[in-house]
Amino acid sequence: MRFVDEFREPAKVQRLLEAIWQRSTEAAQFMEFCGGHTHAILKFGLRQLLPSTISLLSGPGCPVCVTASSDLDLAITMACQSGVILTTFGDMMRVPGSHGSLQDARALGADVRMVYSTLDALAIARSYPDRPTVFLAVGFETTAPTVAAAVLQAQTERLNNFFILSLHKLTPPATRAILSAGEVLLTGIIGPGHVTTIIGTDAWKFLPDEFGIACAVAGFEPLDILHAIYALVDMVELGAPSVRNAYGRSVSAAGNHVAQQMMENVFRVAPAEWRGFGMLPNSGLALRSEYASFDAAQRFPITVPPAREPQGCRCGEILRGIITPLECPLFARACTPATPIGPCMVSGEGACAAYAQYGEASGD
Amino acid sequence: MRPMRNMERRQVTEGKILLAHGSGGGLTHQLVREVFSKHLANPWLDAQEDAAVWQAPHACGRFALTTDSYVVQPLFFPGGDIGKLAVCGTVNDLAMVGAQALYLTAGFILEEGLPVDALERIVCSMAKTAEEAGVQVIAGDTKVVDHGSADQLFINTAGIGTVAPDVHISAGNAQPGDGILLSGPIGLHGMAIMCEREGLGFTWPLQSDCAPLNGLVCTMLAVDTHIHCLRDPTRGGLATTLCELATQSKIQMEIEESSIAIPAGVSAACEMLGLDPLYVANEGILVAIVPPELEASMLASMHAHPLGRNAALIGRVTSSDHARVVLHTTLGARRLLQVLAGEQLPRIC
Repeated sequence: MRFVDEFREPAKVQRLLEAIWQRSTEAAQFMEFCGGHTHAILKFGLRQLLPSTISLLSGPGCPVCVTASSDLDLAITMACQSGVILTTFGDMMRVPGSHGSLQDARALGADVRMVYSTLDALAIARSYPDRPTVFLAVGFETTAPTVAAAVLQAQTERLNNFFILSLHKLTPPATRAILSAGEVLLTGIIGPGHVTTIIGTDAWKFLPDEFGIACAVAGFEPLDILHAIYALVDMVELGAPSVRNAYGRSVSAAGNHVAQQMMENVFRVAPAEWRGFGMLPNSGLALRSEYASFDAAQRFPITVPPAREPQGCRCGEILRGIITPLECPLFARACTPATPIGPCMVSGEGACAAYAQYGEASGD
Repeated sequence: MRPMRNMERRQVTEGKILLAHGSGGGLTHQLVREVFSKHLANPWLDAQEDAAVWQAPHACGRFALTTDSYVVQPLFFPGGDIGKLAVCGTVNDLAMVGAQALYLTAGFILEEGLPVDALERIVCSMAKTAEEAGVQVIAGDTKVVDHGSADQLFINTAGIGTVAPDVHISAGNAQPGDGILLSGPIGLHGMAIMCEREGLGFTWPLQSDCAPLNGLVCTMLAVDTHIHCLRDPTRGGLATTLCELATQSKIQMEIEESSIAIPAGVSAACEMLGLDPLYVANEGILVAIVPPELEASMLASMHAHPLGRNAALIGRVTSSDHARVVLHTTLGARRLLQVLAGEQLPRIC
């Protein structure tokens, strides 16, 4: 398959690995911000192929995982309001809140529907003009422009029963929070390829400038990821951290201007609560006042009691890179893909789900 | 609003399944006559008894019996339909214990409003597939439920077959040293359904691999009856099936990723939808675990059969220390395959 096979070619992977082995002398710890990278790294077994000088840590780059329990409780309460249709991406359905998940709410009679895109949610709103249709807007800078587009479309069509509950989050502030907390020692960051396609590599300049940390933005195929790791190793060996683009076929320095503009028009930057991090300033997106009529939080002014986290669940520490899923006492025992306790096991992009799905084979 | 007169009602409902089609009365008889008997006719069905009675074949060894229900959505998909699937699925379940299917039963649950034309196309497809597989549907049942209580049409089929005295195939029989054979490319059924459902238009549309495998199994048993395990990797895909075999036989198997054929269209669709082809359902391929001395002859016999042209040795049972499946990736890493958690694609069969 074009644009995929050439980035998985074993001979090229081998050559790049040899280059990494030759170049790497200093111990280095890199965090892959994005859950998509965690999955690709485990799926292709890349960690086993790297020299022992390099260790890789998973970061908070899973939108479902970082959604706070209190926000989930709010969404579930909203779904239970009379007449409401709550639409959401599939991964959110099974994430446990304080008292069950959206899936549980559906089993009890709430009208919760899985959609593949915001356009599906718009179509549902059109089909049921008498019922408020709420789209649970979860995602990073990659998803937010599509939600902005849906809001603009709803405005054009004068759909007055379409609402969004914006739980969008911005990735640079979370990265900044991890580095400022100083809980993990990092020498470099594998930058998220899709997010950076939107925001541009310039958005990561604060990493070398303020924290002295290297950043290489990567795509999601083995050669993309290894290319970024080579770039990081090279910067570590040179002692010259900067931001490098190892995903040139998609990412530019300035990013996607049209998408940025659309986000900017519809949303304003706001504080947001992240699972594992708490409240982070300037890390979320709220609807601008011009679009307040689409704001589900205003249409349904609900307050929920303080959230309860699942007992024993260490997703928060996993999201901050302090522990790996293997160090969580619940992992693969009480918490499995079939019986998930924490969100990192539920989501397709969660680190625990990746570790469970693509366990590495030890011994013979 | 004035009440609808009978004549108008008839015009509105013509060609649609009505609750009365399941009443057991005149309309039921008409449906049986004009749809089921028309296509599936044989002496047992034609007798219209409450049960079919047949003479057991002489020296038939043992019987095998299985049943399965089919709820696939959409009813018609590239490469097949729910009727073809309902015959193949049950014939294949029998084939996987080395049984030659003899007779099937078919139970239909119809939703009020289903076009009779659609039902007839499905029954016709069942008849054609049954003929291809060399089986007959000798008993049946029809129920109609009110609109909204079922999604168009569900089918249950049961099948009975015979197992020759020297055939002992079981998922628990794999032994260290055995070769693991895969009869064809993976992922076609699940992705054909998914592309149809999601409206993904490819230049070369994916066709389901849905096919009766009893002929291929018959060819393989003719070479040698000492096949240890057979299984068709349907729901959960190849990875789940291999894990089940490893668990049931309490063995470790090692699989070469590069030896598993994945059609380009399946790879492309899986990439787009974020799915792993190893977990996508198949309806026309099988995994065979055979003693090493039979590998070459078994592969040759599979290659000679239309459904086994692309058969390949994909791995080997290496020990009985762990019950697990190790995948050697194309990049030279090793990882464990797990059973599918949850449902990757609902209602694919």
